[in-house]
Amino acid sequence: MSVEAREKRQPWILLSPALTAITLLLFIPLLFILVYSFWLRTATGADEVGFYLDNWREALTDAFYRDILLHTLKVAAITTVVCAVLGYPAAYFIARSKGNKPVLLLLLMLPFWISYIIRTMSWINILGVSGALNTFLLWVGIINEPMQMLYNEATVILGLVHFLLPFMVLNVFVSLDGIDETLEDAANSLGATRWQSFLQVTLPLSLPGLAAGGLLCFVLGAGTYITPLVLGGTSDAMFANLVFEAIITQLNWPLGSALSLMLLAVLGALVMIYNRYLGMAQLMKGLG
Amino acid sequence: MSSVTLNNIVKRFGSFTAVHRTDLEIPEGAFLTLLGPSGCGKTTNLRMIAGLLDPTEGEILIGGRRVNDVPIHKRNLGIVFQNYALFPHKTVAENIAFGLKYRDVPSGDIPGKVQAALDLVQLPDVGHRYPKELSGGQQQRIALARAIVIEPDVLLLDEPLSALDANLREDMRVELKRIQDQIGVTTVFVTHDQSEALAMSDQIVVMSAGRIEQVGAPQEVYNNPASEFVANFLGASNVFPAECLEAGPSGAVLQTALFGKVPLPVEKSMRVAGAGPAKLVLRAEKLQVMKAGATPEGMITAPATVETVDYQGQTVRYFVRVGDTQLQAINMIDGYPFSKGSAVTVAFRPRDGSALAGR
Ligand SMILES: Nc1ncnc2c1ncn2[C@@H]1O[C@H](COP(=O)(O)OP(=O)(O)OP(=O)(O)O)[C@@H](O)[C@H]1O
Ligand SMILES: [Mg+2]
Repeated sequence: MSVEAREKRQPWILLSPALTAITLLLFIPLLFILVYSFWLRTATGADEVGFYLDNWREALTDAFYRDILLHTLKVAAITTVVCAVLGYPAAYFIARSKGNKPVLLLLLMLPFWISYIIRTMSWINILGVSGALNTFLLWVGIINEPMQMLYNEATVILGLVHFLLPFMVLNVFVSLDGIDETLEDAANSLGATRWQSFLQVTLPLSLPGLAAGGLLCFVLGAGTYITPLVLGGTSDAMFANLVFEAIITQLNWPLGSALSLMLLAVLGALVMIYNRYLGMAQLMKGLG
Repeated sequence: MSSVTLNNIVKRFGSFTAVHRTDLEIPEGAFLTLLGPSGCGKTTNLRMIAGLLDPTEGEILIGGRRVNDVPIHKRNLGIVFQNYALFPHKTVAENIAFGLKYRDVPSGDIPGKVQAALDLVQLPDVGHRYPKELSGGQQQRIALARAIVIEPDVLLLDEPLSALDANLREDMRVELKRIQDQIGVTTVFVTHDQSEALAMSDQIVVMSAGRIEQVGAPQEVYNNPASEFVANFLGASNVFPAECLEAGPSGAVLQTALFGKVPLPVEKSMRVAGAGPAKLVLRAEKLQVMKAGATPEGMITAPATVETVDYQGQTVRYFVRVGDTQLQAINMIDGYPFSKGSAVTVAFRPRDGSALAGR
């Protein structure tokens, strides 16, 4: 075998375990879901095998689903913006800190050691009627009755920000850390103030990281069902909650399949747009 | 264009002193080189002049004006960084125009100035490209163009050539000197390459461990080193103990164990005040290896044995033993070098030696 032929085969050999896993665990189940989405759940509760478009018609035309989809995208978008605004300065601080960078990065990772569900639930202990904040305010005497702070859109966003902020910080950090600090010195020496050189040099060079972090926050935020379940009220359901509802509660696999594919298509389209303009490589950099 | 003055400058990082009390006067229009081994404080000095570091003590004057409290963006300096520091997301033309935007340059004049700078560095056609589409040497030129287009008072260059390969480095050296001559800007150049320093500078500042060892013209620093460190840092030198018998307006006479009495002219013996312990410095290039028994006119000789031969084509470097001392000689050769072990005579002209005071 020639060297070139071997070099051409090598990537495929190295990729084959991963490709096998993805095929078996992701692609084939996804095909099942696709097939399911064309079946029909009858009044008796049994699934009727066939090629019915009823689930898709319901998912695509019912305003209920459309409104919840829009609500989901809105919540994800707000979460992403909040994460970007809070995460960027933090990432900048970590990237520019000299000696204790490893410690700060470790602190950033620390939340991942605790289950996401536990972290979400912790807000109940803080904001709940008998939570820390109410207890404190009552004790100080600022309020006379506990405030109802939980179970609304704001707490859902709060929970999502809490969950997603590290992803944003990490992505922006990777981007900022790769920027040569002498670029800012150069800009300063040419007459730009620190703020001007940040706007002219550092910010544009870190945009890929910001976009990667934004994409991750948006996709993960839009696909979540735990946070609205734990911290949201009855009207704060997000799209993934509908899928959960259909499949787990109503055992309506065909409809749930169609709904989940719908969400997948919307988020997939977003990833495609991102990939078209910024490239997947940056996202990988941020994750690694 | 402005002069630069360092008055009593000290720089400490925590308890570590990177620059000891330093005074330095850089005349207007001069090309001054800070030369010294790694870690001796060259960059630290440059960064203090630039305003990227604050001196712990002392004051810095540019054009006679104290600039300690003037932030970097108001100092009007052109800086070329070792790694070029071109903005990767801006085209070459945008890079060069960057500094002009913060000055009172009418926007209509900017393209003309950018083009003039590109012409000056002899890359007239690359304005639309991105830095990564240029070679290392080309990026270097653009970094220079970006620094000089703003007509800085002082040009600061931190090892600008060290990232280039040897051939390109020599071309850029000539190029840089041509451009500096053309615009006449006061220039502070940092390097640890002695040949770069000798070739380009009006003045060389030799530094060691945060202190200035010697300031002088290249010939002065090369021929008449002020310390053993300088003698060895600029090429190879032989330094051996001597006794100064007399020193005065007509020169000095050193008594050495290896060569007997060595009379030195006055300009080579300024550093000894009078009779007492001294050191004789003899550059390796000034020590000639000859056939055994040769008695060349006007030279001081001693018998020697060749111990090591390091053949380099046009030149050869010998390590020879004279008595119990090993000396180094770098000679031009025509034909074949002496072989290892041969008995030879080493010789030098007394005026090629120079004297240092002390043990
Ligand atoms: N920010 C800093 N904190 C602590 N020590 C520093 C700092 N910057 C420089 N030093 C120390 O100061 C000394 C001088 O450093 P400097 O960078 O000026 O050396 P240099 O002469 O430019 O060397 P090189 O030729 O390697 O670039 C070094 O010993 C260095 O370790
Ligand atoms: Mg340096």
